[in-house]
Amino acid sequence: MNRFAYLRPTDIAEAVRAIAADPSARFIAGGTNLLDLMKYEVERPTRLIDITRLPGLDAVEETASGGLRIGALVPNADLAHDPRIAARYPLLASAILAGASPQLRNAASTGGNLLQRTRCYYFYDVGTPCNKRAPGAGCPAIDGVNRIHAILGTSTHCIATHPSDMCVALAALEAKVHVAGPNGERTIAIGDFHRLPEDRPDIDTTLAHDEIIVAVELPAEGFAGHCTYLKLRDRLSYAFALVSVAVGLAMDGDAIGRARIALGGVAHKPWRVPEAEALLQGRPPTEESYAAAADRLLAGARAYRDNGFKIELARRAITRGLAQAASGTPQSQTDKRIR
Amino acid sequence: MPERDAGPATGLPDRMPISLTINGEVRQLDVAPWTSLLDLLRLELGLTGTKKGCDHGQCGACTILLDGRRINACLTLAVMKDGARITTVEGLAAADGGLHPLQAAFVEHDAFQCGYCTPGQLCSAVGLLAEGRARSAEEIREHMSGNLCRCGAYPNIVAAIEQVMQ
Amino acid sequence: MANGETYFGTARGRVDGPAKVTGSARYAAEFAAADLAHGHVVSAAIAKGRIAAIETAAAEAVHGVLRIFTHANRPGTAWRDARYRDEVAPPGSPFRPLHDAKIVFSGQPIALVVAEDDATARYAASLLRVRYAAEPHATDLERQRGQAYVPRRKRTGIAPPPKPRGDAQKAFDAAPVRIDHEYRVAVEHHNPMEPHASTVIWEGDGRITVHDKIQGVQNSLGYITGVFGLSQKNVRVLSPFVGGAFGSGLRPQYQLFLAVMAALDLKRSVRVELTRDQMFTLGYRPATIQRVALGAAPDGTLQAILHDAIAGTSTFEDYQEVVVNWSSLLYHCDNVALTYRLAQIDTYTPADMRAPGATLGVFALESAIDELAYAAGVDPLEIRRRNYTRTDENEGKDFTSKELMECYRLGAERFGWSRRSAAPRSMREGRELVGWGVASGAWEAMMMKTSARAALTADGRLEVATATADIGTGTYTILTQIAADALGLPMESVTARIGDSALPHSPVEGGSWTAASAGSAVQAACRAVREKLFSAARAAENSPLANADPSHVRFVNGRIVLAADPARFITVADAMRAAGLERLEEEATASPDSATQKRYSAYTHSAIFAEVRVDAQLGVVRVTRIVNAVAAGRIINPRTARSQIIGGVVFGLGMALTEESLPDHALGRFMNHNLGEYHIPVNADVPAIDVIFVDEHDDKASPLGVKGLGEIGIVGSAAAIANAVYHATGTRVRSLPMTLDKLLPEKPAGRA
Repeated sequence: MNRFAYLRPTDIAEAVRAIAADPSARFIAGGTNLLDLMKYEVERPTRLIDITRLPGLDAVEETASGGLRIGALVPNADLAHDPRIAARYPLLASAILAGASPQLRNAASTGGNLLQRTRCYYFYDVGTPCNKRAPGAGCPAIDGVNRIHAILGTSTHCIATHPSDMCVALAALEAKVHVAGPNGERTIAIGDFHRLPEDRPDIDTTLAHDEIIVAVELPAEGFAGHCTYLKLRDRLSYAFALVSVAVGLAMDGDAIGRARIALGGVAHKPWRVPEAEALLQGRPPTEESYAAAADRLLAGARAYRDNGFKIELARRAITRGLAQAASGTPQSQTDKRIR
Repeated sequence: MPERDAGPATGLPDRMPISLTINGEVRQLDVAPWTSLLDLLRLELGLTGTKKGCDHGQCGACTILLDGRRINACLTLAVMKDGARITTVEGLAAADGGLHPLQAAFVEHDAFQCGYCTPGQLCSAVGLLAEGRARSAEEIREHMSGNLCRCGAYPNIVAAIEQVMQ
Repeated sequence: MANGETYFGTARGRVDGPAKVTGSARYAAEFAAADLAHGHVVSAAIAKGRIAAIETAAAEAVHGVLRIFTHANRPGTAWRDARYRDEVAPPGSPFRPLHDAKIVFSGQPIALVVAEDDATARYAASLLRVRYAAEPHATDLERQRGQAYVPRRKRTGIAPPPKPRGDAQKAFDAAPVRIDHEYRVAVEHHNPMEPHASTVIWEGDGRITVHDKIQGVQNSLGYITGVFGLSQKNVRVLSPFVGGAFGSGLRPQYQLFLAVMAALDLKRSVRVELTRDQMFTLGYRPATIQRVALGAAPDGTLQAILHDAIAGTSTFEDYQEVVVNWSSLLYHCDNVALTYRLAQIDTYTPADMRAPGATLGVFALESAIDELAYAAGVDPLEIRRRNYTRTDENEGKDFTSKELMECYRLGAERFGWSRRSAAPRSMREGRELVGWGVASGAWEAMMMKTSARAALTADGRLEVATATADIGTGTYTILTQIAADALGLPMESVTARIGDSALPHSPVEGGSWTAASAGSAVQAACRAVREKLFSAARAAENSPLANADPSHVRFVNGRIVLAADPARFITVADAMRAAGLERLEEEATASPDSATQKRYSAYTHSAIFAEVRVDAQLGVVRVTRIVNAVAAGRIINPRTARSQIIGGVVFGLGMALTEESLPDHALGRFMNHNLGEYHIPVNADVPAIDVIFVDEHDDKASPLGVKGLGEIGIVGSAAAIANAVYHATGTRVRSLPMTLDKLLPEKPAGRA
């Protein structure tokens, strides 16, 4: 780990001023990903700005529109177990509990979870080239060990995936990210928060360097009755998703009213295709309906050397996820039998 | 003579005073900002009960209790936890040396072999019991999955925790 | 003077348990000294070539850096290969850290940065800039298999394949039922929870004490004295606790060389602890391509066995293990042809990893036998019974004991095998396909020459000592049990000391031979003490044993009593006092009986039954039940013994389903070198595991009648799980691990 200066600002404005002053500074909260990357010399910040003591970022509050506003410092575990989240947004609770370990969930913050960086082997190994670490260096993953890599939205520069489970649920819930910067606050739709790699795989999100996440806002609709988070991975717990699917459905009698589907483990961001969701509107909850949505979601999917299986796996995961949600039997993150 | 490398020219100190309550004892410490809580415990305070298995939050051997919650000490900067209350495996037993019920159950059920993951398993299990969310063996298995055991003592770990839970 | 057994055969808690649960047990990196410096290893980024330059100026400028060792400035060490060849080294030219500019494997240590503290060493190491002159490398066994060769020099202790019997090819060609497939197992890394580390304490005057993560302190001692030209009296190696090893601690690893080198050069204490990522630069279970061809009569009776294995090794050592021999050991067959070859790749030398060879060979064999069972329409358990052999047909010897048939019977009974429906995909529960599989396991029951010391003191305490290790196996505990029984003392009065090179000779702890070897040595030493004690007791004034013969007395509860009249006794303390003895110390050596070895083969056996549930459409596998019935002679401590088997099964579960070191052959490097992406099983992966120890009387394998348990638990586990997966799904996966991508049906499956 490199040497750095440690700062502990006392309010958001001071934190923003501190980061704006140093392009190599980083905010730190839970530290569960940043310190991991620093130990690998992937991140070498000159300053760490400790935001854990900033006031006003640690609460889950009701919003005027019937949703919830989650402070950026709320730990993942507290969020998942907040009774309001568990009751009204079980999809989010389930996704969080599918990720990491209890210890990590105790430490990791809501804002930090949004900023998790990819698990690409090459990104983590400074002994290999990586366009995400050093644009232009090359990407050995494209023709290399890419079993865990993306099938959608890739570029010729990067095929890394976004690693979060929580964000997949937030995408399905159409959460909003509230950020503060030198010019005040702004709101970023979750769908616009993470970006595709294109020719700048080093940039994961649309958050500016001098901005800080202050809250995540959930809209009123939580799809509590019909939702699921289905995560498929290489062991039954404590592993990143090969493919995951977050589904929220609003049923309209025997038919599907509105549908939300987001995929994890397949792209550089949680993957949503509104057209696929629209296909389900008014359709009966049948395998045929699900297959049509899956086809649309996976349109354009590309197989690399080792990850072609993800296309078929994602197709089946979508189908199963939709079936679980429609029948109101969400996937348990404890009972490993897939419903 | 080599030049002193003070890191970036920030004018900020490279050691900072913090206070931690470790296993009930208040400690005033000067720590470098980059010192993990794990390295502070193991390398500076000689509390080697807390183990380093991966140093990246991927094995759970460094699990300790911070203000009663289980976390990975390897992914925690000590300087950020100024004022916190920390319990390590060395602090689980009673003052008279009597084993914590989980420690006794681990011995009774042979819930370890090499012993290297054991302090982390124990602190994790203390955290698990405090959380109160695991009720069945299945739930214990899931909520103890952040603690790897290469010796494969898992069934015995579950049995030990189940016994204490009852 | 045969003593009753109070402890042998009874479940006892580990004597080192309290130390392990309180955090007071200290491991190699946890010993300190006032002058301790910290070394951080810099690893090569290429697989083959030369170091063109290492720029160290920036690192050297960091305050607190003491020295940066590279090939360019390393201190001199021994010249001859033999000095570097440790106790268990395979034939070849052992790797010498920092020897020259040559790079022979990715991750090779190329520099050691030593600093006042660990963080400074790590930080400074990150400032090193290395330029390489890379050369083309070859790390893909599939591409090198054409270059495979039979190793010219055999590795000591590793039996080459037996001579062919009959005409296997002809019999295979003529057989009515035939199976012929290739099987593959991915590279696996040991990944004990404790990273490899060595702490070298500089004692002054050229003397060092070395805390090493090693399965044999005397192996490290021999290596250090050989390589650095030190006298044995100036070096002491300790490993009282070892945080798992599974074979990775058999050979001294490069951090030992580096730590000793730095300590001797700096004349101060030095610790070198590897990172988890660097654990993937050590030896590993080699990738192995196996072909098994079985020919059988319509009833499944074997007529031909052909088993060929090609395994990877490094370019500088011919690592060898017993892979194929199991095929003609486990079953009767008159026509057998087994071959084992190596192919060189540009990696570090593979290393023994829990049940080396057997895990690989038995996976292939037991998968093939299962395939044969389906082909012949015979129950998979029945086909194993039908081809049972009562003799070691490889060696033409009888077994010292073999209760495998009883393993089959009791295991099947406990598992409920008779309720199995025969056809694949015939058992289902909801969306999950259920499968039951079985496999056999075997491991050689070895005993190695070992010495031990027993010392009884006037206060009635006994200390037994030998230089072996306890890597989690329970060695401390079983030695305590054996010693307590031998002198009729409570276990609380006995201390076992191990993991110290100054103690009586012991080979490396491995191969499942420690219980038989160290246990027999301790028993022999205790018996020698007992004889002396008895003489003292008999000679004591007014001794109630004055006229007793050794066969007339027993040692019970700290007393020597007349068997015929337990009211007449003399206490151990009184006997010692009468003879003026403060301390009664004897050393003894236990060796395998060569006459017995010539006539008999000794093996442990197992029958393992697995139940899996596989999601019919998603390919997710859950192991839901395991029964492992083991025949391993006498069981000293059923509690720790059960743990050994459970641990082996979990290791096998990882091999079957999750573990795989993924090589990038373009870079010549394993890429998932961390515990987040190299998946060892977690708690949620592991079901209840039912262990049965079958009664097995063995008076030949070792003086104690024990056969060892460290390996047998894993052998057969992966095959049993793979066979269960086939039974569940109808998909035969011949390449481990069986990750879910291998179980996605080719075409979209029907509705659940």
